[in-house]
Amino acid sequence: MSKRNEKREVRYKNTCAQYETTMRNYIIKRLLLIIPMLIGISFILFVIMHLAPGDPASIRYGLNPDVSESARENFNKIYGLDKPVIVQYGMWMKRFMSLDFGNSFIDDQDVTAKILSKLPATLLLQSSSLIVIFCVALPIGIISAVKRNTIFDKTMTVVVFTGYAMPTFWLALLLIFLFGFKLQWFPISGMDPWYISYLGWTARIKDTAWHLVLPVFVTAFTGLASLSRYSRSSVIEAMQQQYILTARAKGLPERRVIFVHAVRNALLPIITILGLTLPALISGSFIFETIFAWPGMGRLGYEAIMNYDYPVVMGVAVISTFLTLSGIFLSDMLYAFIDPRIRYGAKQ
Amino acid sequence: MYPRRKQRNLAPPNVYTLDEIIISMRRHPKLNLSKRPPLVSQAGVFFLFLILFCYPTYSEEAWVSRDACSAAGIGDARILIPFFADDTSSSSICGLVYNGLTKVDKDLNVVGDLAERWEVSEDGRVITFYLRKNVRWHDGSPFTARDVQFTFETIQDPGAGSPYISGFMDISGIKVLDAHTVRFEYKQPYAPALLKLGMGLIPKHLFEGDPDIRRSPYARAPIGTGPYKFKKWESGQYIILEANQDYFGHVPGIKRYVYRIIPDQSVAFLELVAGGVDSMQLDPYQFRYRSDTAQFKEKINKYRYLAPSYTYIGYNLKDPFLKDPRVRQALSYAINKKEIINAALLGMGEPCTGHFWKNSIYYDQSVNIYNYDPEKARTLFAEAGWVDVDDDGVLEKDGMEFRMKIITNQGNQVREDVATITQRQWLEVGVVVDIQIVAWAAFLDQFIGRKNFQAVILGWSLPVDPDCYSIWHSDSIREGGLNSVSYSNERVDELIENGRREFDPEKRKEIYHEIHRIIARDAPYTFLFSAYAAPAVNKRFRGIEPAPAGISYNFIDWYVPKDEVKYKF
Repeated sequence: MSKRNEKREVRYKNTCAQYETTMRNYIIKRLLLIIPMLIGISFILFVIMHLAPGDPASIRYGLNPDVSESARENFNKIYGLDKPVIVQYGMWMKRFMSLDFGNSFIDDQDVTAKILSKLPATLLLQSSSLIVIFCVALPIGIISAVKRNTIFDKTMTVVVFTGYAMPTFWLALLLIFLFGFKLQWFPISGMDPWYISYLGWTARIKDTAWHLVLPVFVTAFTGLASLSRYSRSSVIEAMQQQYILTARAKGLPERRVIFVHAVRNALLPIITILGLTLPALISGSFIFETIFAWPGMGRLGYEAIMNYDYPVVMGVAVISTFLTLSGIFLSDMLYAFIDPRIRYGAKQ
Repeated sequence: MYPRRKQRNLAPPNVYTLDEIIISMRRHPKLNLSKRPPLVSQAGVFFLFLILFCYPTYSEEAWVSRDACSAAGIGDARILIPFFADDTSSSSICGLVYNGLTKVDKDLNVVGDLAERWEVSEDGRVITFYLRKNVRWHDGSPFTARDVQFTFETIQDPGAGSPYISGFMDISGIKVLDAHTVRFEYKQPYAPALLKLGMGLIPKHLFEGDPDIRRSPYARAPIGTGPYKFKKWESGQYIILEANQDYFGHVPGIKRYVYRIIPDQSVAFLELVAGGVDSMQLDPYQFRYRSDTAQFKEKINKYRYLAPSYTYIGYNLKDPFLKDPRVRQALSYAINKKEIINAALLGMGEPCTGHFWKNSIYYDQSVNIYNYDPEKARTLFAEAGWVDVDDDGVLEKDGMEFRMKIITNQGNQVREDVATITQRQWLEVGVVVDIQIVAWAAFLDQFIGRKNFQAVILGWSLPVDPDCYSIWHSDSIREGGLNSVSYSNERVDELIENGRREFDPEKRKEIYHEIHRIIARDAPYTFLFSAYAAPAVNKRFRGIEPAPAGISYNFIDWYVPKDEVKYKF
């Protein structure tokens, strides 16, 4: 091996080592930053919640002639609501340190258990619709970009924007009425029918899949726009780059030019979108879940807010804050991992 | 060693002896008779036997639990312990799983449930209950007087945190006389006690020593004595109950009761027509128009009865405009209740004139005032000094125009409609009204709690017992009390106190009729209407007998004929 090559090797190794230490420091810093942010956000949220007029006991029992004022005070005492907000926050923080979100005011269930009971339904629905969105929106975007300003492109523009502009509840009701009620192809509402617990597992999976069709269609259809438009413009931009010209000049088949050179580069920003969908995976949607009687997180959060169920509101909020922060973190990391320009670009 | 053998299923055999059939038919005379109206409805036991022999099919129609009834509800249940349950979903499930000492029958009379009978002492301070024997909890343990004692002592314990504690604070002692006799001693006579003690009873052996009953596993998987046993609760989706084959009354006719949570009313309606649910509460629009299809009529019966609630306009009696009773009377005369019912409820309600459940004996049907009469309203306003001096359509007094604000809570379309109609009706007699609609939390906190309003549109739901201390007694004017209009009348206070001490329904009737009349005269509220509850039930369910108490009071008598059973497993 020549000396020059050796030198180059050493330099490369140094660069890698340096990169690794900066990267490690960077990761640790980013991870540590999540903690003060979580604390800050939770504090602001806690205070805002308590600033709103009314309190849990009066919302629940305010106009119930059977519940006396002393019983309402007793309720506040039992849940520690008679203490100053700062003390309450301290108590909450102390429990939170051991990952205990406390118990719901509404039904005294453990908040973690309560969230875990609603999480699978939302995860199932959101991840299936996310998969559908990716599988449909990306091809639409890519084809629209490649066949820019053709009939296909224009039709797709109209279709995805129709989905985007359409009120979810309205579309959902229409579909339920048509496919659930009139044609009876799909179930009207719910996740699985009650009698499923008297049947076997296979029936259960089949039935749940059946119940998924309409909700997934509605979320996917109304959610197509951003991803397809984003990938379209991104691919169009990539197609104008000089390396595409080079690739074409090399005489590469057009298929290869598009899928290997253009799309690969164009879809890098999609990672950011992926990272940002992480909190959406668990947050669910109130309107949507109400219409489909889907037992998800959206209804849980809404019910908690309407009833001033502080522990549940805090629990849901902290978890989605955490997921948002780690989603951003993850997408940044993925970026560096996938794109060598970012990895080494920082060095130059 | 540990016994390997599973406990044998205690369900009764499917083959019934003749005696059993006769017994079951005696228990449900109307059940089988209703199918053959003209001949049999007047017949006595003789005909019953005759039918039994003439129609062999009846041996197949013997009383067994079949099928399932799925009811749609808007919200999930919260906690399945009767003295914590404070929402309709939890209460309705608790009603099927638990029994109390007493209950109300279809005509709203107090009758025994787990108590066979009871005695009230001369001075009204001691009530002795004689319990049913041979009643078992769903887990097989016997039900005794100790369970009764345990339940009510738990409610009385502030640490347990039951919201209903105030209804039981007058109990000075609960004594178990023997396994099936229990005695309640009160500090002072308290007539609502008989109904209050109808609170569902919980098993002592499962809850004793539990420091936090609300978080007990049995709060979400209840063990009661009732006609239905708890089976499964899928949070946010459904709750399944199964017929208790050992129920002390009789075996329920419906094998499973499923409470399905469908938050959207219009989706629930589609489910009802499509057969996904068997019963639900219709809203006025669905009752009037949506159910007017052949498909609906073929499959579903709808019922309506007066719900135990009413809507009113309450006047702040501390307000300078409104403290004059003539002004309030005039405002009441200026309201056209019929028009309001027709517009806001599509006719699904009845006007009311007082605070009591219109179906009950305590409501004085003879009170018939404040029928729409704008002329009379103008006269009363003039008497109170309010006249339209400058002829601009608005009343004036001492140079001040009659302008006021009416508030109601957000999210109740009926009340918002009532506010709008009221605004127009009052304008016709020269009163200008602004409407303010406020979100519930702020509404309670900033307006009702602080008595910071002129007129408010609200509703009360009414318990079966007519005691109205917490709403009309002047003691309840204090902050946090529910007498937020600050109504105070010495005679009413005295009557309310007497009503609480009087156990005789006839005498109580007199008392509450008088309260009804006085309050109507003083007009602290304009009593608007009592709305109909409008349940709809699939036609395959038989044995439903609408009564003042509604339709679900005899749920265990409902049944499905064998050839119409939908869920056969």
